Amino acid sequence: MPPKSGVSRTRNVGYDDDDVYDDDDDYYEAGEDGAEAGDGMTADDKEQMRVGTMQIREALGEMSGFASDEQIQEALWHYYYDIAKSVTYLKNKLGIAPKQEAPRQEKAKTASRFDQAASVADQNAPATAGSTPKKKRNATTNGEKLAESVERLNVDEPRVRSKNLNVVDEFEKSGLKRMANFVVVGHVDHGKSTLMGRLLFDLKVIDQRSIDKLRKEAETIGKSSFALAWVMDETSEERSRGVTVDIATNYFETDNTRFTILDAPGHKDFIPNMISGASQADFPVLVIDASTNSFEAGLKGQTKEHILIARSMGMQHIIVAVNKMDTVSWSKSRFDDISKRMTAFLTEASFSEKRITFIPLAGITGENVIKRVENSAAHWYTGETLLEALEHIELPQRDLQKPLRLSVADVFRGDIRSPLSISGRIDSGTLQVGDVILALPANETATIKSIEVQDTPVDWAVAGQIPTLHLTDIDPVHLRQGDMVCAPNAPVKLVKAFTSKLLAFEHVLPMPVEVFRSTLNSPGGIRTLSARLNKFTGEVVKKKPRIIKPGEVARVVVQLERELPIEEGMRVVIRERGRTVGAGLMENVA
Amino acid sequence: MKLLKSQIEQKTGDGWVILLPEEPEDMWHAYNLIQEHDQIRAKAVRRVSKVSDSGSTSSQRITLDLTIAVTSTEFDIGSGQLHVSGRVAKENEHVKLGQHHTLDLELNRKFRLEKADGWDSVALEQLKEACDTDRRAELWAVVLGEGTANICMITEHQTILRQKVEIAVPRKRRGGVDGHSKGMDRFFSTTLSTLLRQIDLPNTASTPQAKTLPLLLASPGFVATAFLAYIRAEATRTTNKPLMTLIPTIIIAHSSSAHIHSLNEILSSPAITTKLSDTKFARETALMDKFNTLMRLDDGRAWYGPREVERAVDKGAVGRGGGVLMINNALFRAQNVAERRRWVRLVDRVREVEGGEVRVLSSLHESGKRLEGLGNVAAILTYPLEDLDEEDGNDAAGEEGESGEMII
Ligand SMILES: Nc1nc2c(ncn2[C@@H]2O[C@H](COP(=O)(O)OP(=O)(O)OP(=O)(O)O)[C@@H](O)[C@H]2O)c(=O)[nH]1
Ligand SMILES: [Mg+2]
Repeated sequence: MPPKSGVSRTRNVGYDDDDVYDDDDDYYEAGEDGAEAGDGMTADDKEQMRVGTMQIREALGEMSGFASDEQIQEALWHYYYDIAKSVTYLKNKLGIAPKQEAPRQEKAKTASRFDQAASVADQNAPATAGSTPKKKRNATTNGEKLAESVERLNVDEPRVRSKNLNVVDEFEKSGLKRMANFVVVGHVDHGKSTLMGRLLFDLKVIDQRSIDKLRKEAETIGKSSFALAWVMDETSEERSRGVTVDIATNYFETDNTRFTILDAPGHKDFIPNMISGASQADFPVLVIDASTNSFEAGLKGQTKEHILIARSMGMQHIIVAVNKMDTVSWSKSRFDDISKRMTAFLTEASFSEKRITFIPLAGITGENVIKRVENSAAHWYTGETLLEALEHIELPQRDLQKPLRLSVADVFRGDIRSPLSISGRIDSGTLQVGDVILALPANETATIKSIEVQDTPVDWAVAGQIPTLHLTDIDPVHLRQGDMVCAPNAPVKLVKAFTSKLLAFEHVLPMPVEVFRSTLNSPGGIRTLSARLNKFTGEVVKKKPRIIKPGEVARVVVQLERELPIEEGMRVVIRERGRTVGAGLMENVA
Repeated sequence: MKLLKSQIEQKTGDGWVILLPEEPEDMWHAYNLIQEHDQIRAKAVRRVSKVSDSGSTSSQRITLDLTIAVTSTEFDIGSGQLHVSGRVAKENEHVKLGQHHTLDLELNRKFRLEKADGWDSVALEQLKEACDTDRRAELWAVVLGEGTANICMITEHQTILRQKVEIAVPRKRRGGVDGHSKGMDRFFSTTLSTLLRQIDLPNTASTPQAKTLPLLLASPGFVATAFLAYIRAEATRTTNKPLMTLIPTIIIAHSSSAHIHSLNEILSSPAITTKLSDTKFARETALMDKFNTLMRLDDGRAWYGPREVERAVDKGAVGRGGGVLMINNALFRAQNVAERRRWVRLVDRVREVEGGEVRVLSSLHESGKRLEGLGNVAAILTYPLEDLDEEDGNDAAGEEGESGEMII
């Protein structure tokens, strides 16, 4: 008797004495989901493409005939449908070589893959709780990968050539200025972005016209006091709400140093962004609102939390900008009081007293930012301005000789000639154009096509810099924020669980937590409290404690949701329910 | 789940039931009820080979009623499928005693379950809970952040991650926020279409008259609000009726992260409890919160871990007047019969002898996962006890109070 149709699904047919289910390969293939695969464009994209193409043809006028639809669409794609930018690009291109042939098919394909990567990425592999995705890819060794990518290089032309520089030598010969990256931290609304806007304005990095324009725009939505902050706060959300959401990066230069500003958000919801910014910095500038109650509120809030995070990352020096001094009439006693209480707090958080610099200032007016305050009420202060303090700060050692480690802060399309670009701080090692790098946890290689440091094209970059790398020979699906970029011959291990020393800021139990390792943010858990340790000697004080109290140091086992690149000596920040509960130091694989 | 028939001896607990799973969650109940050694009888499809007169073999698939003694079960949360493996316990013309077979329990197909060790108090309670169909809270929850969304279905007993959306959203960059805002648009549009696909499909089967379930959007910052605004705009732009009707059911809540375990804080937040009071998941979450608060006080009234909790019960500290035993239902699924008995005994003792309260948490809710991290059992005591975790010579020396550089 034949079975009734539809009674059972293929998977469920009775088996003979064989009870083993086929280990089906649920392992995903990008683009298989049907939905928006195909050319990798959503209906929206297509519509934008169609309209955009028409607009561009119009804008190009008589030149329009020289541009093929593919060229136009490629430009639209790369510039995110920005008509003006696309037109400029096309005009340049057509102007120089009016009869240039249409872009190679190859390139168009790369572009559309980005979209597929974006929309297909993980939704193809719905995480059914409990089942760990199989890792076929990791099975291939790095050596094989390398060989494979070399092969790919051979077929893929034009190939990126390495000049095979000795980057350490080049760096030493170059006589580059000191490089310093600092993160601006502190409680929400204490004036971080305003202070940075002011600094850039007074240094003429931002011109008068731009500021005037921002002033006018800010006024129209009733936020005139935020005009300077808008230099940093560029998204419409940030502007309409008057808060910084994500790190803003900006640059300036003095006679002896090239600085990178990382302006962090103060709001507690955006601490993950703050952590990612802080992980790229050499030292923090802590901004404190001196006005009544604000300082006190911050001390219970993110002034405190940001300090603990900066400290967790091993930063040793700190500049404390006691801001909004105009609101307390430059009161010396207020400044002294704040300095005293902050010193107590910072030393408790193990910043040594001689590495703390306090400066009374007002970001909104610029007093003591780069110009000395002239207000007679402030004559009691004879110390440095913020800029002087920045120039004098001691910087940590750079590990140029160690293997390459770069934690990806952003993945984006930053250059029309590259399918994708990444940025992030080089924690150790060096890199140069033409280098093959390994991206983890994907375990995929890519080739560095070009490098920018502070928006300037360069041939190489070294530890301590925050370069943008334009890559080729990699599918965008393999890279995302938090990934580790390293040298293929010295990869970071992937771990699913690790033991860590942990300094507790809050009570710690075995519990679900968020684990932060520089720009990486992953769900995980404290699996075991192995021991409570003596803070100074590291001796075991109690085995298997039931709880770790604030201020105590313990050894714990941290579990991650999936295998991630973390190695011995890396620092992690542990958060739970939106609070920073501890600082960890990876000891070994568990 | 419908109880079609049952015959359980009051005294010994011996007996069987015939159950009809009607909705996906019933599979989860069945999974919790079926233990190793139990006997299951259900319709099965099996391939049998025949040797014809001419000597050639042909194989055929036939449906038949099969009774097996369970050796293991396997439950897939995502699809709600339950596979029960075992050895044939009743012979018939097609199968021999002791042959291996895997039964796939399905919706709307009855099965008979006979307990090898009889129905103990926990099994009976699970049975009651499984067959109690009145007012069950269900909702959709999307926990999201910039670029990630976890689309979950939350029922009385389960939190099911239906789909995770991850879109690469470039961050804001100096002088250009286009990449970011386009990325966010793409993220919202993918999340919405994925969500709509989810809401439609699995739900029509279980709810004939297609009731609209509440939809919870939770995120840090403004993402949830921005997503709601996006949904509104889309509904208007496309004059999408079903989408319009969805909008009033949307609840916005705050969460500290986009990770799914944030449901722990979301489900006990006022945004939810005022709208959906007295759901099992909210009660469980609130209870775990209370436990954690007591742990932090560190006054010896909260303990976790099997040994510690058993000791506390032994000392009579988990009884009348506030004693609560929290236990993860995973423990009752123990493969080992003795292990299960250990926990059933503990439950019976707290409830019947001590007069305390027992809460069995679902291992599929985030609160249950939290309890799992604590060793699956925890207790709130009526009076403080110290040193329940003491083992002789446990503590090493090493007094603090020295100074110098910290080791971390
Ligand atoms: N009186 C006075 N107001 C200031 C000063 N600096 C900043 N403000 C005001 O403080 C408010 C917040 O400034 P922001 O620069 O946005 O603060 P923020 O620390 O960057 O805020 P988040 O990034 O959202 O944490 C604005 O209204 C500023 O005008 C100052 O020196 N004096
Ligand atoms: Mg700001």
